[in-house]
Amino acid sequence: MILVVVEYVNGKVSKSTWEMITAARESGREAPVTALVLGSNIAAIAAEIAKAVDQVLVADLPALAQYDPELWSAAVAQIATEGEASLVLIGGSRSGREYSPRVAIKLDAPLLEDVITLKATGDTITAQHYTFLARVTETIETTTPIAVVTVKPGVFNPATPKAEAAEQFDVDLNLPTPRLKVTGKTAERSSRISLAEAEIVVSGGRGVGSAEGFTQYVEALADQLGAAVGATRAIVDAGWRPYSEQVGQTGKTVQPKTYIAIGISGAVQHLSGMNKSKTIVAINRDAEAPIFKIADYGIIGDVTQLVPAILNELKK
Amino acid sequence: MRILTYIRQVLDAEESVHIANNAVALENSKLVMDTMDEYGVEEALRLRESGIEAEVIAIAVGPARVQDALRTALAMGADRAIHVETDVRLDAIALSKVLAQLARQEEATLILSGGQQADWDSHALAAATAERLNWPQVTWTSALALAGTTLTGKHDADEGSESFTLELPAVVTTQQGLNEPRYPTLPNIMKSKKKELRKESLDQFDAAPKLKFVSAEIQVKNRLNKILDGKDAPAAAAQLVDLLRNEARVIA
Ligand SMILES: Cc1cc2nc3c(=O)[nH]c(=O)nc-3n(C[C@H](O)[C@H](O)[C@H](O)COP(=O)(O)OP(=O)(O)OC[C@H]3O[C@@H](n4cnc5c(N)ncnc54)[C@H](O)[C@@H]3O)c2cc1C
Ligand SMILES: Nc1ncnc2c1ncn2[C@@H]1O[C@H](COP(=O)(O)O)[C@@H](O)[C@H]1O
Repeated sequence: MILVVVEYVNGKVSKSTWEMITAARESGREAPVTALVLGSNIAAIAAEIAKAVDQVLVADLPALAQYDPELWSAAVAQIATEGEASLVLIGGSRSGREYSPRVAIKLDAPLLEDVITLKATGDTITAQHYTFLARVTETIETTTPIAVVTVKPGVFNPATPKAEAAEQFDVDLNLPTPRLKVTGKTAERSSRISLAEAEIVVSGGRGVGSAEGFTQYVEALADQLGAAVGATRAIVDAGWRPYSEQVGQTGKTVQPKTYIAIGISGAVQHLSGMNKSKTIVAINRDAEAPIFKIADYGIIGDVTQLVPAILNELKK
Repeated sequence: MRILTYIRQVLDAEESVHIANNAVALENSKLVMDTMDEYGVEEALRLRESGIEAEVIAIAVGPARVQDALRTALAMGADRAIHVETDVRLDAIALSKVLAQLARQEEATLILSGGQQADWDSHALAAATAERLNWPQVTWTSALALAGTTLTGKHDADEGSESFTLELPAVVTTQQGLNEPRYPTLPNIMKSKKKELRKESLDQFDAAPKLKFVSAEIQVKNRLNKILDGKDAPAAAAQLVDLLRNEARVIA
């Protein structure tokens, strides 16, 4: 089987999971696509993903109420072994990239990280991924009966649900006791459109001037365009915005149809999180700012004058 | 206790990337210690300076040139260094075999390494090493403190951040924001020349790569680069909105 570990958030299957189903179906490994749902109170997730796959394995356990790398890797490795999986697909989220290496070691399998293409011919798997802070596209190859793969979000087309649902099976797991104890959480999920799923992202950097400036310019423009908001590390560190909005090497990777950078200089670490966006728009008062090098459209000028003028124009 | 900090030598962030013979060519570029790993070295030194009896060992795997990065770690204050010399590029799963064995040999109880490698963009080394050692791990830490064998701190998760506690031994990944790495001072650079930098050969680790690296290319997306002058803000705004609506057709 091809095992796809289901990612979900707020009681809904994430777009990244639908994308992994496509990666699985187009991989060239002929095997039923099996979704594995791990968590607690996940019946709705299992029912939703049943419309996309050939079978669903469900581990609905109180012990899985909270993600932990040791729990998740133990569960996935056990199911992959029992089901003689030929491919294990895991989301390219922070958590997916954190526990997938443990799965690879447990299965004595190679790990292909953050792939943007995936093709198996016989025992050989060829994939592409980005390297050098997303500036280089590298082709990698491995010959193996089983591989663990993390799939870069936002690249494969999401699968569309079918009318009929696949059968669901409950699974028994031998789980370790988690050793990392989470003692507190900073809940930062905003009510805004999710960064990963938005067609338009409006991001702000130090050039918006202040937290208030972010609201006045970036959030206002995002609201007008129905867009998600993003931020640079500099303003997340300054406490203007929550970490969950950070785009870049140490934040999220986004690939929207349109990325609008407001008061962002364009450091490589920021670019690595957004340089694959289809159309890039930049506003910066410094004509030499590196962001202009990768912009399709831009204005050299002051955020405080330009954004109100743009809002004005959009409302016309 | 012994703390291992794993470091890489990578292209300086300001340098452009060149490809030759289907791979990234680094010969004529400025190479530096991976910033992500600098935070690890700095954190190890801070733990030692906080009064914990600790020996800090910097480790690097790669060709002879990676010794420069190890020298930097020694000059920052690491006690000694181990260089596993090889020209073979190891993927993270293979590399973790080396690091896990060194951790056992050195009887280390804490391993620090950067959250993402600035060359291969890999996140996998820490977790793979932890799994081989049957240790727990915590990734993307932004605050760390050690009392006895209990590690507490904060780290970034999928959404937001979490505070945690963890018993050593453990593998921890570091990132920007954890601390401000120090610059080596001249006296410390001089002192570091006398510190031990031990060379090991890769053979003893039986670490064959699991992946074959076939080719690398720079896919430059041609950007339109239509940059307007914004001195007349209303006019520039009108022009931009018109371009986005009618040329790019990305907004309604
Ligand atoms: C290991 C590591 C990881 C990192 N990870 C990330 C990451 O994930 N994401 C990230 O974003 N950064 C990351 N960084 C930081 C990165 O290097 C930059 O420091 C950061 O992206 C800069 O943010 P900025 O563009 O908001 O600020 P600045 O670089 O200060 O740029 C502000 C820009 O605003 C312009 N400006 C100022 N005022 C105005 C005005 N009134 N009107 C118009 N323009 C104005 C200026 O011309 C300038 O170009 C990382 C760094 C390291 C070392
Ligand atoms: N090599 C680097 N490349 C890009 N940005 C860096 C680098 N080193 C540090 N930075 C970040 O750039 C920002 C400005 O740094 P500074 O110019 O030192 O105030 C800070 O967020 C630094 O952490």
